[in-house]
Amino acid sequence: MKLNYQPALLFTALTALTFTACKPGKVSQATDEDAAKKVYVAPGKYDELYMFASGGFSGQVASYGIPSGRMLKVIPVFSQNAENGYGYSEETKPMLNTSHGFVPWDDTHHPELSKTNGEDDGRWLFINANNTPRIARLNLATFKTDEILELPNVGGNHASPFCTENTEYVVGNTRFSIPLDAAKNVSIADYKKQFKGAATFIKVDKNSGKMNIAFQLVIPGFNYDLAHAGKGPSHDWIFFTCYNTEQANTLLEVNASQRDKDFIMAVNWKKAEELIGQGKGSKVPAKYAHNVWDEKTHSASSTMMNEVTMLDVQKYPGLIYYIPCPKSPHGVDVEPNGELFVASGKLAAVIPVFSFKKMLKAIEGKQYDGDFDGIPVLKYNAVLEGEVEKPGLGPLHTEFDGQGYAYTSMFVSSEIVKWKIATREIIDRIPTYYSIGHLSVPGGDSRKPYGKYVIALNKITKDRYLPTGPELTQSAQLIDITGNKMKLLLDFPTIGEPHYAQTIPAEKIQKNSVKFFKLEENNHTYATKAEKDARVIRKGNRVDIYMTAIRSHLAPDNIEGIKMGDEVYFHVTNLEQDWDVPHGFAVKGSNNAELLIMPGETATLKWNPDRSGIFPFYCTDFCSALHQEMSGYVRVSDQGSTIPISYKIGDNPLAKK
Amino acid sequence: MLSAYILPLWQIFLEAPQYPEGLEMKIWLHGITGNVEQINGLNHYIGMKHIIVSEFLEFKVLPYIFGFLIVIGLVASLISSRRLLNIWFCLLLIFAVAGFIDFYLWEYNYGHNLDPRAAIKVDGMSYQPPLIGYKQLLNFLAGSFPAIGGLIVGLAGLIVAGVVLYEHRLKKSLQ
Repeated sequence: MKLNYQPALLFTALTALTFTACKPGKVSQATDEDAAKKVYVAPGKYDELYMFASGGFSGQVASYGIPSGRMLKVIPVFSQNAENGYGYSEETKPMLNTSHGFVPWDDTHHPELSKTNGEDDGRWLFINANNTPRIARLNLATFKTDEILELPNVGGNHASPFCTENTEYVVGNTRFSIPLDAAKNVSIADYKKQFKGAATFIKVDKNSGKMNIAFQLVIPGFNYDLAHAGKGPSHDWIFFTCYNTEQANTLLEVNASQRDKDFIMAVNWKKAEELIGQGKGSKVPAKYAHNVWDEKTHSASSTMMNEVTMLDVQKYPGLIYYIPCPKSPHGVDVEPNGELFVASGKLAAVIPVFSFKKMLKAIEGKQYDGDFDGIPVLKYNAVLEGEVEKPGLGPLHTEFDGQGYAYTSMFVSSEIVKWKIATREIIDRIPTYYSIGHLSVPGGDSRKPYGKYVIALNKITKDRYLPTGPELTQSAQLIDITGNKMKLLLDFPTIGEPHYAQTIPAEKIQKNSVKFFKLEENNHTYATKAEKDARVIRKGNRVDIYMTAIRSHLAPDNIEGIKMGDEVYFHVTNLEQDWDVPHGFAVKGSNNAELLIMPGETATLKWNPDRSGIFPFYCTDFCSALHQEMSGYVRVSDQGSTIPISYKIGDNPLAKK
Repeated sequence: MLSAYILPLWQIFLEAPQYPEGLEMKIWLHGITGNVEQINGLNHYIGMKHIIVSEFLEFKVLPYIFGFLIVIGLVASLISSRRLLNIWFCLLLIFAVAGFIDFYLWEYNYGHNLDPRAAIKVDGMSYQPPLIGYKQLLNFLAGSFPAIGGLIVGLAGLIVAGVVLYEHRLKKSLQ
């Protein structure tokens, strides 16, 4: 009996094992043994690259070191940031001003490094606000937001802020077409007739980086999704993807997915520039805010603009062409040489690769497949170079390594696919955890990619980290692309949703980094450049406190004579002229955030005392051995009080200057 | 010796855990440069007086004294006077010794003359930087060394000493 039983058991076990091993669809997830070595940056050593990732719905930008994945700094852009007073201090509030008034939040998607000759130059980073359409310019010497420009006539600024080869322009375009601002109140059912796209071209000053809307092209009301400018031979052109060419206005999930092909819109921006130069544009009333940070006054100003130049593309043939592209195209990416461009239909089974040369030829030979609202639609096959067959499911975005390979993210099949540009053959694929959106190869959208890594920017993390309740961490993954096979090196958490990132060699940023602001160049109206000038001045019910901060005291630190109903402004100047010595400032009960003041800077906290009494204030950034002593008191008296303004600080013979 | 007008003579530097990049002061004929403000900022904890360049009489007269010495040297070589050379050497020597004494006194003064109300008081601790070499002062390692200009002047002094000695021997052997 026993002898018969054993083989049966063995057979069952073997069968079970075989079935388990053969379970389809599971790719074993392994990291190389030397992965740790490749991402380990020893204490005190620097990373090789900076990655700038959008914070998605956090509205900010975060910078990380690569290959370690260590977060370096969150740069507040479109959302208030109580941590350093951005959007709370009097100086920074105007940065968040819009035609809708003060907007404390937004949704950032695409960081774009400024470019010179098609290469990342490390000067500025542009980023879009999707919800209340705006574009911000960040200064990469100070890691501060220097400028925010609102885009009128746009709803959902998603195809943004991609720049041309020498940052001549950055663009914005509407993802949710709306009636132009001038039309205002129309029925949603009138979508096809009334809703329009507005491709916005923003001129960027070569030296200062200052942005201005040069013109808007009025185009059919589709959902414009992403863009990329040409380079080299295709320098004069920029390509936008669009979906919902069905022009549905309800249940887009279904109604915008009906057509077999949507479009890539090719725009000859050079020609548009010429037409504008010839005065062909028309001035249209529009209301939008232009907010600029001044590094010398340490303050922002907000100007409300009232006019924009528009160009009706139907009047000027040759300006725009549509190229059919399978199934709701998402990304459009131009290879380093500028000859081929790749579009990814997010519901398509192939990745079409188009040829710029063929496009020009098709235009010349008028190889049209009809038109849309008077805009010629080129024949798909006339422009097509070839298709990448069976790449995976849900192709979204492609970046390049400069070695002849392309890397495409696959949202649905959750993987990156590596393919050869010349032959369009698939070389390798690697799973991502999970549902990758964008991906970032250092310099991967430029003329000279740095290569070496691809970073997967994922939408879902599920079981990859210790759980943190229903809301889990967001995450990116670092993958080595130096060999033939891609190798997963590292998972690292990010803030918000790391929607897209651009990655740049550290030396291009590091060498420009500012250590502190020069006190003698501080032109803030309320700057106090020496402790002896610290003072309190009343004008009606407005009280201005000119305060200084230096290790380890605030001056003045005893203030009396403030009354209920006063509007109190603490203008705090950090007198330090040394690296990494910020001071903070907070006062009890203030319905406001704190201030974080960099050396040489002045920042202002507005305070409306809510009751009489004694209120302590103190330095919030641990600055020195006597940081705990860096505090003071302000006395608030009742409205009718006759206590005069007085202020002082104890005699400090060592700070007599 | 003319180089002293365009090169620093002496340098004092400070290193601490929080200052891996170091802080330095360079002493010139006509003043002090470097991280003077930061050093003043830090010194207030221990009650050290602020270093204020305009309060040093030395930097007002030094360029003239030094110029005077250079002129004598030039005259000595022009008229080939051994006596003037010897005088010049003696003056240089006096200048150097007086200079070092003065420097030491300043260091002593700053290091010991501390405000009694200072936040950090360590019994028996003074903060006099070394005349030359290294010394640990609380969390700071202080170093004091000649700078390039000082080295050149020192070298020039040695050459003069050599010449004086050589001339002396020459004179003896001739006798």
